Amino acid sequence: MSESSVRLNVFKTYKLYVGGKFPRSESGRVYEVSDSKGKWLANAPLSSRKDARDAVVAARKAFGGWAAATAYNRGQILYRIAEMLEGRREQFVREVGDAEGLSKSKAAAVVDAAIDRWVWYAGWTDKIGQIAGGANPVAGPFFNLSTPEPTGVVTVVAPQDSSFLGLVSVIAPVIATGNTVVVIASEKAPLPALSLGEVLATSDLPGGVVNILSGKAAEMGPHLASHQDVNAIDLAGADPALAKELEIAAADNLKRVLRPQPVDDWSADPGTSRMTAFLETKTVWHPTGSLGAGGSSY
Amino acid sequence: MASLFEYAPAPESRSVVDIAPSYGLFIDGEFTDAADGKVFKTVSPSSEEVLSEVAQAGAADVDRAVKAARKAFEKWSALPGSERAKYLFRIARIIQERSRELAVLETLDNGKPIKETRDADLPLVAAHFFYYAGWADKLDHAGYGANPRPLGVAGQVIPWNFPLLMLAWKIAPALATGNTVVLKPAETTPLSALFFADICRQAGLPKGVVNILTGYGDAGAALVEHPDVNKVAFTGSTAVGKAIARSIAGTDKKVTLELGGKGANIVFDDAPIDQAVEGIVNGIFFNQGQVCCAGSRLLVQESIHDELLDSLKRRLSTLRLGDPLDKNTDIGAINSAEQLARITALADTGEAEGAERWSPACELPSAGYWFAPTLFSNVTQAHTVARDEIFGPVLSVLTFRTPDEAVAKANNSQYGLSAGIWTEKGSRILAVANQLRAGVVWANTFNKFDPTSPFGGYKESGFGREGGRHGLEAYLDV
Amino acid sequence: MPTTLTAFADVTTSDSALRRFLHGLPGVDAVGLEARAASLGTRSIKTTAKAYAIDLAISMIDLTTLEGADTPGKVRALSAKAVHPDPTDRTTPMTAAVCVYPDMVATAKAALNGADVKVASVATAFPAGRAALPVKLADTRDAVAAGADEIDMVIDRGAFLAGRYLETYELIKAVKEACARPDGSAARLKVIFETGELSTYDNIRRASWIGMLAGADFIKTSTGKVGVNATPANTLLMLEAVRDFKAQTGIQIGVKPAGGIRTTKDAIKFLVLVNETVGEDWLSNTWFRFGASSLLNDLLMQRQKLSTGRYSGPDYVTVD
Repeated sequence: MSESSVRLNVFKTYKLYVGGKFPRSESGRVYEVSDSKGKWLANAPLSSRKDARDAVVAARKAFGGWAAATAYNRGQILYRIAEMLEGRREQFVREVGDAEGLSKSKAAAVVDAAIDRWVWYAGWTDKIGQIAGGANPVAGPFFNLSTPEPTGVVTVVAPQDSSFLGLVSVIAPVIATGNTVVVIASEKAPLPALSLGEVLATSDLPGGVVNILSGKAAEMGPHLASHQDVNAIDLAGADPALAKELEIAAADNLKRVLRPQPVDDWSADPGTSRMTAFLETKTVWHPTGSLGAGGSSY
Repeated sequence: MASLFEYAPAPESRSVVDIAPSYGLFIDGEFTDAADGKVFKTVSPSSEEVLSEVAQAGAADVDRAVKAARKAFEKWSALPGSERAKYLFRIARIIQERSRELAVLETLDNGKPIKETRDADLPLVAAHFFYYAGWADKLDHAGYGANPRPLGVAGQVIPWNFPLLMLAWKIAPALATGNTVVLKPAETTPLSALFFADICRQAGLPKGVVNILTGYGDAGAALVEHPDVNKVAFTGSTAVGKAIARSIAGTDKKVTLELGGKGANIVFDDAPIDQAVEGIVNGIFFNQGQVCCAGSRLLVQESIHDELLDSLKRRLSTLRLGDPLDKNTDIGAINSAEQLARITALADTGEAEGAERWSPACELPSAGYWFAPTLFSNVTQAHTVARDEIFGPVLSVLTFRTPDEAVAKANNSQYGLSAGIWTEKGSRILAVANQLRAGVVWANTFNKFDPTSPFGGYKESGFGREGGRHGLEAYLDV
Repeated sequence: MPTTLTAFADVTTSDSALRRFLHGLPGVDAVGLEARAASLGTRSIKTTAKAYAIDLAISMIDLTTLEGADTPGKVRALSAKAVHPDPTDRTTPMTAAVCVYPDMVATAKAALNGADVKVASVATAFPAGRAALPVKLADTRDAVAAGADEIDMVIDRGAFLAGRYLETYELIKAVKEACARPDGSAARLKVIFETGELSTYDNIRRASWIGMLAGADFIKTSTGKVGVNATPANTLLMLEAVRDFKAQTGIQIGVKPAGGIRTTKDAIKFLVLVNETVGEDWLSNTWFRFGASSLLNDLLMQRQKLSTGRYSGPDYVTVD
């Protein structure tokens, strides 16, 4: 084949995913993203604090509807995400391989684990309430029921190294239970996260439930951590100094804080703790009483 | 006009309790003076009588107590759960045996009516120990995986509104799960915690498992910040809660905070009115309103506002304020001069901002700290008395037109601890309860507590739950 | 000036209007009601207040005998006791009334011999109320003619529970008319709901309103002939009803718990309910009664204890 007949491939412009749309950073800034060997892959938006603010607005707007959706419906949508991902498996294998310097087979294993993780949480949506809640046998004529409820808008600093499986592992449990999320993708490997936005947009997930920002956690983090309309923060991808700074800022409105925890293997059984970290327990009391005045104990 | 049927005084006898002239800190199973020898006085809020003089812990004492707790942790956490359970059952039983003594003591030191300490505080204290005692050997079944481990030394700081009950909420789950404890009671109510130390002694609890440090906020801060404390549990103001959250940032300390509230008590036009009136009264005048989950905002449907207010005023006129030791007293003393000043200032602000102030005719005793039950009507969301936690017997009355508006107003607060719903329509209860951002929702009742029932807030009312299976999580490494 | 019953004239124009009104009354939460009653039961009434309460309770008793085996002798003994409850202490107040079947009214009247103790008679086919209207009215008129000062009628629980509220209302109205005497005066009418058979607190509140609208002078819990009679909770509920009725009409109506109140402690709890729910306007035997028999002896023993300092025993009060 001659030079002239080689088809020039079409680059993708990577964009943020906020409120169900794909905006560029309002700042107009981008930064270079390279693969593990330093080869340029793409330019990613360098989100600003205003992008973060907009993402919080979108997440708050989406919260009421998402929290009120039936658990079955949320499960269906999370499963749909897995279906959509399966269909774009090859793309993600390539992107994850580039991002994390993995062989094709290792990258494929990571993507498969991420798809399976959506399936895992899809199944949890209508079970976590039974595991984490229940009736309490109070010593009185009352029906007393504890129910887990989503905390609200959760900010997540995504893991830095595991750009895709790690990302899925931290956002899926947050939204499975009805929270909405603003996630700061891995700073050096944001492309799989930004591509995930395209999957989410075609998975019946209401806009604003997941908002994906690329850029510097150290730049956006403090604004999100101190934001009075954010209810919780997951510091998974923050280094110790940043984590401490953000935890201090989070105290301004007593956000729920999930501190960074060492994760050796993101493919291990995740348990339920990432869900329960962003659940509130609401306990409702209601009198039962006797069926009639005749049954009174007096 | 004096009633024909004026109840004669019916004071509970003080003789059941023997308060020593002075108390030390309880560290490693012994009462001991503070390292620097400092002491402070505790007074009875209803008379300003000095009840006793107690040691004032400083940083050195905190360190000593944490070391004792650390030393005790090894054996205590290694003890079979069934043995820890038996210690807690013993404690529960001794509390039951000594409940009259403790009720009188609590009333003397706190100022709340004997009716409440006798019928609410003490039964709940014993029940809490009894409940968590049973968990100690069943932790494998609590839903936190097999063999969940304790955290270590728990630093616990509690408030003055329910001194012994808050102690129970803190110590019972901590010990059941195998942690050891350093607890600091509030400076205005140190005595019941010191009596609890004696109960630990009677129960034969190993030395150092429970340590009690009486003192001020500086001791609390030193405890929270102590590097060898693994778990911080605090009940108190939101401001202090935030300071604690900042101070433990970047550490491995697990924390639970139970903070302020501005509970909305929502009364719909189809409510069981007579019971709603009782619920409103119980919601805001129980313990003189010094309750974090008090129903301090009454949201009443506009169509029944006048009728409900009339009923409420009539009912408030029957409240009996006075000697807390009198068994017929409904409203006791405010806990401290400082708290009284705060309530007074906020109520004055309410008046200055144009809310309509009303109190029943009621004579306040000349000595001690007293505040008449107070009701503010014509209050809007913009009034300070509708937004700030007053922590006193002051009710703000607001109106709403529709369920949506009721929910929106109820949720329009930085707090999210409690709420009440009054309606005879079952589906409305469930719909509204669903929408409220509050940790405890009472439907057609208010201010009910039980050891099996998780308690704790949304938003700035804190995080973590106390009570029930949920309460174990705060003290386990899960 | 308070409004009067005319404000409620529309309510009783039809069965459906009455149903709408009754079902529009605020509901009753059973747990809250019972908790409030229990809470008032923890009031501690001591010394002078207790002495006052005991005498007040004695003066509020409708001393009752309603047995198939009632004889003139039994009724005379009861009447004597009503006048002199404690033969050893003439400062003991008289009871409010003796309460007997209609055929014993004349006997009681004669035995009381002009003392200030009323004769109350049950009527309207007490206790079941299962008889035709003319029979009930004749029963009432007989008792009034025999000298009854007060009539304790029963409502037709069957009609009430079947939803025939207007019929229930009309019955009470008719009996009220039958209480009239030729001289223009009338026996006071107590309306018994048999709360234990109405079963729910909502029903008790509705029945109370039917009774009050129909002209009852007293509303009364029970006959004493069923499993559950007067309780603090159902009495509190009825006190709330008379309180609300007075607030809306200016008309004061009495309350009589009956059956199951046997001890001084119980009686004082009921007085506390009265005191804290409707206040001292109701703290006299014009407006509050106890339907009881064995209660009296317990009150007398407690009264003796207060005056002598010694605990009394059953041999120091009379068995009747």
